[in-house]
Amino acid sequence: MNSSRRRSTRLWAALLPILAIPLLAACYPDNPQSTFDAVGPVAKSQLNLFYWIFWAAVFVFVVVGGILMWITLRFRRKPGDPDPAQTHGNTPLEIGWTIAPALVLVVIAVPTVLTIFDNLNSPDPDALTIDVVGHQWWFEFRYPHPDGNGDAVVTANELHIPVGEVVNVNLDSKDVLHSFWIPKLAGKVDLVPGNENFMWIQADEPGEYLGQCAEFCGEAHALMKFRVVAESRSEFDAWLTAEAAPAQDPVDPLAQQGKALFEGGKAQCWSCHTVAGSSKSRGQTGPDLTHVWNRGHIAAGVIENNQRNLRQWIEDPQSIKQGTIMFRDAKIYSDPERKLTDADVAALVAYLQTLK
Amino acid sequence: MTTLSIPVPSRPVHPTGVWGWITTIDHKRIGILYGVTAFIMFITGGLEALYMRAQLARPDQELVSPEVFNQLFTMHATTMIFLAIMPMGAAFFNYIIPLQIGARDVAFPRLNAFSYWTFLGGALILKLSWFFGGAPNAGWFGYAPITGIQYNPGHGIDFWAMSLQVLGIASLAAAFNFIVTIINMRAPGMSLMRMPLFTWMTLITSFLLVLAFPVITVALIELMFDRFFGMNFFVPAKGANPLLWQHLFWIFGHPEVYILILPAMGIVSEIIPTFSKKPLFGYPVVVLSGAVIGFMGWMVWSHHMFTVGLGPVANSVFALTTMAIAVPTGVKIFNWMGTMWGGSISFKTPMLFALGFIWLFIIGGLSGVMHSSAASDAQQQDTYFVVAHIHYVLFGGSIMALLAGTYYWFPKVTGRMMNETLGKINFWLVFISMNITFFPMHFIGLDGMPRRIYRYSSEYGWDFWNLVASIGAFALAFAILVFMINVIRSAMKGEKASADPWDGRTLEWSIPSPTPEYNFAQIPTVRGIDPFWAQKRERVPVAPVAGGSGEDDAHSIHLPQPSYWPFLASIGLFIGAYGLVYYQSIVGMTAGILGLALTIVSVYAWSFEPVNDPEEEH
Repeated sequence: MNSSRRRSTRLWAALLPILAIPLLAACYPDNPQSTFDAVGPVAKSQLNLFYWIFWAAVFVFVVVGGILMWITLRFRRKPGDPDPAQTHGNTPLEIGWTIAPALVLVVIAVPTVLTIFDNLNSPDPDALTIDVVGHQWWFEFRYPHPDGNGDAVVTANELHIPVGEVVNVNLDSKDVLHSFWIPKLAGKVDLVPGNENFMWIQADEPGEYLGQCAEFCGEAHALMKFRVVAESRSEFDAWLTAEAAPAQDPVDPLAQQGKALFEGGKAQCWSCHTVAGSSKSRGQTGPDLTHVWNRGHIAAGVIENNQRNLRQWIEDPQSIKQGTIMFRDAKIYSDPERKLTDADVAALVAYLQTLK
Repeated sequence: MTTLSIPVPSRPVHPTGVWGWITTIDHKRIGILYGVTAFIMFITGGLEALYMRAQLARPDQELVSPEVFNQLFTMHATTMIFLAIMPMGAAFFNYIIPLQIGARDVAFPRLNAFSYWTFLGGALILKLSWFFGGAPNAGWFGYAPITGIQYNPGHGIDFWAMSLQVLGIASLAAAFNFIVTIINMRAPGMSLMRMPLFTWMTLITSFLLVLAFPVITVALIELMFDRFFGMNFFVPAKGANPLLWQHLFWIFGHPEVYILILPAMGIVSEIIPTFSKKPLFGYPVVVLSGAVIGFMGWMVWSHHMFTVGLGPVANSVFALTTMAIAVPTGVKIFNWMGTMWGGSISFKTPMLFALGFIWLFIIGGLSGVMHSSAASDAQQQDTYFVVAHIHYVLFGGSIMALLAGTYYWFPKVTGRMMNETLGKINFWLVFISMNITFFPMHFIGLDGMPRRIYRYSSEYGWDFWNLVASIGAFALAFAILVFMINVIRSAMKGEKASADPWDGRTLEWSIPSPTPEYNFAQIPTVRGIDPFWAQKRERVPVAPVAGGSGEDDAHSIHLPQPSYWPFLASIGLFIGAYGLVYYQSIVGMTAGILGLALTIVSVYAWSFEPVNDPEEEH
């Protein structure tokens, strides 16, 4: 008797933390990708649904777990116990506990279906529509030209949106599967090559929101990040107008040297990168660099955009992001004769700093 | 009662040592081979996991390169699913099913040997990839198009695909064997609705295997055609839709989940009645709910694809079917509780593991219901929240039950008891460290940590719980070490076990421990559920002089004889599949052809080899 009581105490001691810790989970809304700090209507509806189901689950766990615990304590074998009655079942009871979970499920099924439709149907199909294209391992963002009929405005890894407005997002991929996910704004939708997907997002407060590729996409999957900048409508319009403008030709001689290198045969940056306004730089494989110096981060949101980091990124991209396609495909890293000198890198960085 | 002797020349007769094991077609020895091999594979999969947890213990570590990390998680999952949990289930099918149904062997003993050796070949093809050409790196789900030759020119994917094909052959052969065994070899009187629950779950699992594996086989053939011959089943640039792979994979993959969990539920359904001294509560309902789970397992595959853009209607339908599957699962849990209600519960180690299974499976089941809600799942899909969920059902579910089964049937297999004190220590270590490892993953998942990332930086706030999970993983490894020590120690000098150490209810406890080679000296006649309990308590005789091939004593029992051919056929498949990975080289192609030729010749020879040598006298 005594030992079985000790045993049951041990059982409780092990199980109590499990009952308690779910409550701790809600304690981290400050984390940059926490789903508990929903800032847009899509994420909020998903969070509300999560809480609804979570508390239903806690209810079921406490009831079922409580009964299970009581059974194991109450019916433990004592010395000299006779064989218990050999009951084989109880039909009303069994029908009851088939119906009970079904009822709990109805309680979560109804809001689930409603939220599914809400999240996938845009409340405003005429709102700003952005195309998101996944690449190994960065995100391309394409905006309609502010004039209404010009070429798309193309940027990468930094998505600007007007705060408080519905933004429609079309999703596609150039290579493998990726997934577009900004936890504070909306749950993820996959980028499937050849299968255009759709989602809508809205940020209720201005700010920067982190996002990350959520579908395994190869070597640098962990470092395929982006951020969303939600800003006032006027800030957004100004930003888009600036992005739509072609790059200015550099004046500084070092930067001019860098442009020549960028568009020349040695570095051949032009074959993968576009710089709008340049007749040569029309490459489509890498991110559009027309206004790269305006972005807060480079290498798909992995490092801050500053002179030193740009330098390191050009000199040794592997040290920042293993597996990057630039390192794999650009001859400056594989052909010793075309390896960039320190002066070359300085010139390229100077040129990139004029792209704003 | 005398022991058997089968003196026959010109085929492996009473081979001893290694040859005895290689040529054996005894279901018990094959069961042990399955169990030992699967456990070794479980250790390798565990080491792969520890390597990942070491890398993720702290932010921005560089213990492994991203490429190796991708190989690690691919191999960990493929190993645990196909090389550890499935064959551990097969180990129990092999050893226990004939004993539970009162048979002397499975229906096709040589096919059984072939299943094991083919499984071993498939396992080696996968595991050796670490040393020859690099392990697969596209996840156990191998989503197109990253498995295509354009994105994955190495041989890792080829090893993975060929290994799964070979493992598929092994699984199909075993599944057919157990279906026929269970349908045809039951002792007189054991109607379907008198079969032990573990036998029932094995039957359902076998049907799932037979129906599910062809789907993945077709998908893998298409993938190999893409890679080997430049076809375009999954190449989006040529107009293919890569979602085709996901549909095929999960139409296989979701029933596969139930292939992993139903045997575990079967084991638990044996242990709980035994240690509560009560029959299983609502036996027909538990059987039916197992069948319903197996059936509905085919209707939920797209819940793995809630974020791929199938649209609100498809997502809603699959959300509802997925929720519905919680009903039969819940019913099973309630019936286990009903079994314990009013019982006389003894907390021996097998029962502790079975109870641990119920607790952890409740948690895993509830997080599964959370995932079924497609809209909120959009935040959870491909995060650590899902990692937590699958480990609660596969470790907390399958592995806990398999450990319970090991403690439960160990005396029947070895004739010795496992150490009870070590067993209790083992249980608490596993149970606590399992929760320390996997529960924090719920938090970091909801905090936005995606799966399959080889590093994370500190600013995301995931450091603490990742460290906790890593500490838990190493504690869990220690717990498994305690299990190994207990198994080895008990096998060598454990307390001698009686025939019926747990006061069991089913037929396997009516025969001596360890099981004699012929299992049953006399084939029993069954008069109800739990026949052995009935014999003990109600004096309903379980083994009157009745049927089977033996008339009145073990002396005249015919057992099928050992054979070389199943082993050789499997070797052929191994060589052939290995060669096909290198089909572009002349050596590889030659090996491929020779291997398949060896298989064909062996199967041919095997077909003409009598089960028993006709010259045998008795």
